Amino acid sequence: MPEMTFAQAIDYALGEAMAADERVITLGEDVAMLRRELLVRFGPSRVLQAPISEAAFLAAGVGAAMAGLRPVVEIMMVDFIAVALDALLNQATKVRAFSGGKWNVPLVVRAACGGGYGDAGQHEQCLWGLLSGMPGIVVVVPSNPADAAGLMLSAIQCDDPVVFLEHKLLSDYWLDYLGKGGRETVSFDVPAAGARGEVPSPPAPVPIGKARKAREGRDITLFGLGVSLHRCLEAAADLERDGINAEVVDLRSACPLDRETILSSASHTGRVLVVDEDYVGYGLSGEVAALLAEAGIKADFARVCAEGVVPYARQMEDEVLPNARRIREAALRLCG
Amino acid sequence: MKPDAQELYRQMARMRRFEEELARLWERGLISGEMHLGVGEEAVVAGVLAHLEEGDAMALDHRSTPPLVGRGVSMESLLLEMLGHPDGLCGGRGGHMHLFSREHLAASSGIVGSSAPLACGFALAARQLRPGKVAVAFFGEGAANQGMLLESLNLAAAWKLPVVFVCKDNRWAITTRSRSVTGGCLLRRARSFGLPAFRVDGTRVERVWAAAGKAVGRARAGRGPSFILASCPRMEGHFLGDPMLRVFREPVRQALEIGPPLARALLSRPLSALPARVLNLGIIGKALTTLGVEKYVLERDPLRRAAELLPEEQRLRVEEEVGREVEEAARAALAVVEGR
Repeated sequence: MPEMTFAQAIDYALGEAMAADERVITLGEDVAMLRRELLVRFGPSRVLQAPISEAAFLAAGVGAAMAGLRPVVEIMMVDFIAVALDALLNQATKVRAFSGGKWNVPLVVRAACGGGYGDAGQHEQCLWGLLSGMPGIVVVVPSNPADAAGLMLSAIQCDDPVVFLEHKLLSDYWLDYLGKGGRETVSFDVPAAGARGEVPSPPAPVPIGKARKAREGRDITLFGLGVSLHRCLEAAADLERDGINAEVVDLRSACPLDRETILSSASHTGRVLVVDEDYVGYGLSGEVAALLAEAGIKADFARVCAEGVVPYARQMEDEVLPNARRIREAALRLCG
Repeated sequence: MKPDAQELYRQMARMRRFEEELARLWERGLISGEMHLGVGEEAVVAGVLAHLEEGDAMALDHRSTPPLVGRGVSMESLLLEMLGHPDGLCGGRGGHMHLFSREHLAASSGIVGSSAPLACGFALAARQLRPGKVAVAFFGEGAANQGMLLESLNLAAAWKLPVVFVCKDNRWAITTRSRSVTGGCLLRRARSFGLPAFRVDGTRVERVWAAAGKAVGRARAGRGPSFILASCPRMEGHFLGDPMLRVFREPVRQALEIGPPLARALLSRPLSALPARVLNLGIIGKALTTLGVEKYVLERDPLRRAAELLPEEQRLRVEEEVGREVEEAARAALAVVEGR
């Protein structure tokens, strides 16, 4: 299997999908620069440069998908989706329901997400909780290159709207543009195993809604996704020294959740800690708690999430985003 | 009335020297994240700000330090903010894209286009609470394709709000040539909403000053909004470390990085697509060439042009004062950060 960066894996899968199916197109701001290799391969009619008009081009993506294309629309950073939310909230996710299941929207929205490089909370949000709140949507958040490629393929093959979120600490080019800017004087806590790894060739689809056990354990389950998954693994190694054997599950998608895996792991360990870089309230962590409660599973529960607006200063940001220290402390309290 | 050339130059020099200091601190890794400088926009900003008075409001975009400096926000508190210190303008929580000064009724945002509706709201409040005061929105030509911005032009016209929309046209929307993604002409676009619209050379501060005088005067007199389209250079790219400018600044390293994947894309199967792909590659080449010509052949520095309006001796005196002001602010801010 060839080794690739997280970013290369996504474009590799997208390129393969575009080569295999001419209905697959990609569009968005600055794609001529961001997707220059795809532009060279497939030309400007399938790699479309868009104006800064997210409301228009995302909704146009919905129309294009309804009329037969399989567009991958780039919303540079997920924060900017707020400008175009109608396209998802009132259009894309309503079509299947309102048409009595007779019409669907095979749309992929690709966006960079997440923090850890000091850009503050208007460019560093995750928002998968907000997005998952729309009935009819799929939100995938890969944590490594193989999943990134596989989930991009599955997203394109999916007949309903999928938001594909690409964490900026894992995507080297985003981190370079936004965090580093070519400087050698700054550094970031990049999870090595997520930023680079083996990717099947040709890329293999990863089923949507299937979690992955990243570490076996018996005392507590840490649920995470994206960069948080790596923070969980780091904390699990620390917890081992505290005499706690933690299981770590990569949720892979915020919506749908893999009910079966979540319930079985929670029953197995009896303690659940959800680690979520998104906001603490009204989101993924609460949804996991609701799943457990509805299934009647008695598990001790806690969460480590983003507490409020992500501040600009790096040291303040570190305190707000989930990190191994916060995870370990919460786990120790749960197991105490 | 004639502009005060010395004061305009002084303000522009303050903005420039301040941002040069920011760039140095950013290069040293003391400022995190993106850094979008307003270098090249000083004449537009200074020409407009010269007409503002206490109680006027400003809605700013991601290049907000020049207007904040020009409006009198403390350089030290701005620096402390960008250094991420709790004593900064926003407690270290906002950073360079999210600078707020309630005292100056000035707010910035990193969401492209959002300054226009915000300015409409500022103007609405002004009309009711501070009659005769106005609001200014600064944004780029890339933002002029944002729905909320176009809606704001209409809203301001419909409600006859005391707003001045200032479009800083540097011809680039991040890495995209604006003309390639923009229909029609922005001046006519504004006029079609019923706004008086002025086109001005934004590298000539005296001309911006004259146009802004009319626009601000209209708003103050309760005669409604207007639109200024000011052309200006984007001297430091979209942000510091701009990948397109890096191609010119470190060509060998960039060619080694960007070249091989592009060559693979060019030669990927089916090979019959090769001629078409060469044309596609030309799109990227053309964008880079246009940028290079603009930057290295045609670029005109508004600060140098403003300097030409002053006698040598006067100019040097201003520069010395400004240099000292920025230096002292930087020294003070670094002393706070380093706990001295």
